[in-house]
Amino acid sequence: MIVKATTDSEAGVKPSQELLDAMLRYNEELAKAGVLLAADGLQPSSSGIRISYPDPGGKPKVMDGPFTEAKEIIAGFTLIEVNSREEAIEWAMRMPDPHGGGQGEIELRQIFDPEELSANEETQQKIKGQFKL
Amino acid sequence: MSVSDTKRTVDAIWRIESPKLIAGLTRMVRDVGLAEDLAHDALVIALERWPASGIPDNPGAWLMTTAKRRAIDLLRRNKLRDRKYEELTRSAAMFTEEDMDSQLDGEIGDDLLRLIFMTCHPALSQEARVALTLRMLCGLTTEEIARAFLAAEATIAQRIVRAKRTLSARKVPFEVPAGEDLKPRLAGVLEVIYLMFNEGYSATAGEDWVRPLLCREALRLARMLAEIAPAEPEAHGLAALLEIQSSRLKTRVGADGEPVLLMDQNRTRWDRLLIRRGLAALHRCQQLGKPYGPYALQAAIAACHAQAAAPEDTDWVRIAALYEALSRVMPSPVVELNRAVAISMAFGPAYGLQIVDELNREASLSAYHLLPSVRGDLLYKLNRFEEARLEFERAASLTRNRRERDLLLARAAECMNGK
Repeated sequence: MIVKATTDSEAGVKPSQELLDAMLRYNEELAKAGVLLAADGLQPSSSGIRISYPDPGGKPKVMDGPFTEAKEIIAGFTLIEVNSREEAIEWAMRMPDPHGGGQGEIELRQIFDPEELSANEETQQKIKGQFKL
Repeated sequence: MSVSDTKRTVDAIWRIESPKLIAGLTRMVRDVGLAEDLAHDALVIALERWPASGIPDNPGAWLMTTAKRRAIDLLRRNKLRDRKYEELTRSAAMFTEEDMDSQLDGEIGDDLLRLIFMTCHPALSQEARVALTLRMLCGLTTEEIARAFLAAEATIAQRIVRAKRTLSARKVPFEVPAGEDLKPRLAGVLEVIYLMFNEGYSATAGEDWVRPLLCREALRLARMLAEIAPAEPEAHGLAALLEIQSSRLKTRVGADGEPVLLMDQNRTRWDRLLIRRGLAALHRCQQLGKPYGPYALQAAIAACHAQAAAPEDTDWVRIAALYEALSRVMPSPVVELNRAVAISMAFGPAYGLQIVDELNREASLSAYHLLPSVRGDLLYKLNRFEEARLEFERAASLTRNRRERDLLLARAAECMNGK
């Protein structure tokens, strides 16, 4: 579950006590259900670094933050392990509105099953052997 | 929302809410079987209503309120004792969504803990405890449990029905055992989770070497238990052990489904996140300041392996010492066998073989395939190939897992070449 940045989070405005309490309670609920793997909040992009590859095969470009477009910036993440897409949605719906003010946005992404990574049969076989569960 | 969409969402909600529902209802009606039926009734009503009405904001509270109403109807019909009925009506009338929220914070953890003590009650057989726990605490269906154990659905269903009947007949109380009872009962709960994990980690029978569902659910339960019983060092010890064991799950099976042993595994593919979680759980256990129990010791051993970047970096001397400590808190020939392996790695195969040869006289191990398997390995390392071959063949004839048998026969064949 990826929490997107907002104007506030990018400006370094700390979450309110109320939001902090709600987040703590939410994380505790995830932990008590045994589904929480990891959760962290990220500092604003002003302390971030972006590395881009504008020329294929060329040298990467290193750029210091802050970055614009808050919605494309991540402010935090929570990694959970559940049995279905619906369960993930259900948990995500219970997460408190991350920064309020109408800008809160949470994105759900699924971790790749490694065997989905390659179309090459031989590679697939290899990955399957090492990863498959 | 379509009926099938609702069904999938409701299934997810069930998995999240059912343990809390069943725990809360058991506190109310004091019968886990009845509590499960009530929770299930509420689920059926939800499936009827939600496609039209939409899913309520707090589905857990909705289900709980509905189930409580059913409980009151039922009690009224059964004309149960007036006092109990009154008590129930009062608690249902006072029940609001806010109560549910506050319950989620504190009480609910206690109820879950009481529930797991109930489903792991010593009045039940070990098999029944595992099945009932998977059903009540993990929200798995009978069909899913049957599949995990390669058993017929009817067998598991019957096992669960009988278990619920036993708990009801014995009037097993819904409580966390206190005083002197706590330690052995907690050990019982930990054992159920451990056995569940082990059955998945190294399947005793059948075609497959690992059964991920059982491992996953056992790990989830261990995490849950460490959260709801945070003062118990062994709860953290077990969580640590299962986190670290799970970090290797993906490397324990080769491309053709054959087992890959610890020393041959590709360590770069061990799950670092789970290792980190395991070490953190072990640290929490240590912080409680009590001597390590059997699970914490096994976790500490697993941690030694997890922290060795390459097999030759393994701190075998420490592992041998930890096994020594383990054999004191939990004396068992199996632990002794593992100590023999650690000793042989730390000080040479001849020393390990001495311990194994003593164990060979142990009658309880006569059908245990790992004894000849380890002995074969030590003999092989001492270049006693012919004896080693016989041991591997013997081990192969004792295991019930096909994958493991193939592996042992392959080692027996190696001995022929070694000579």
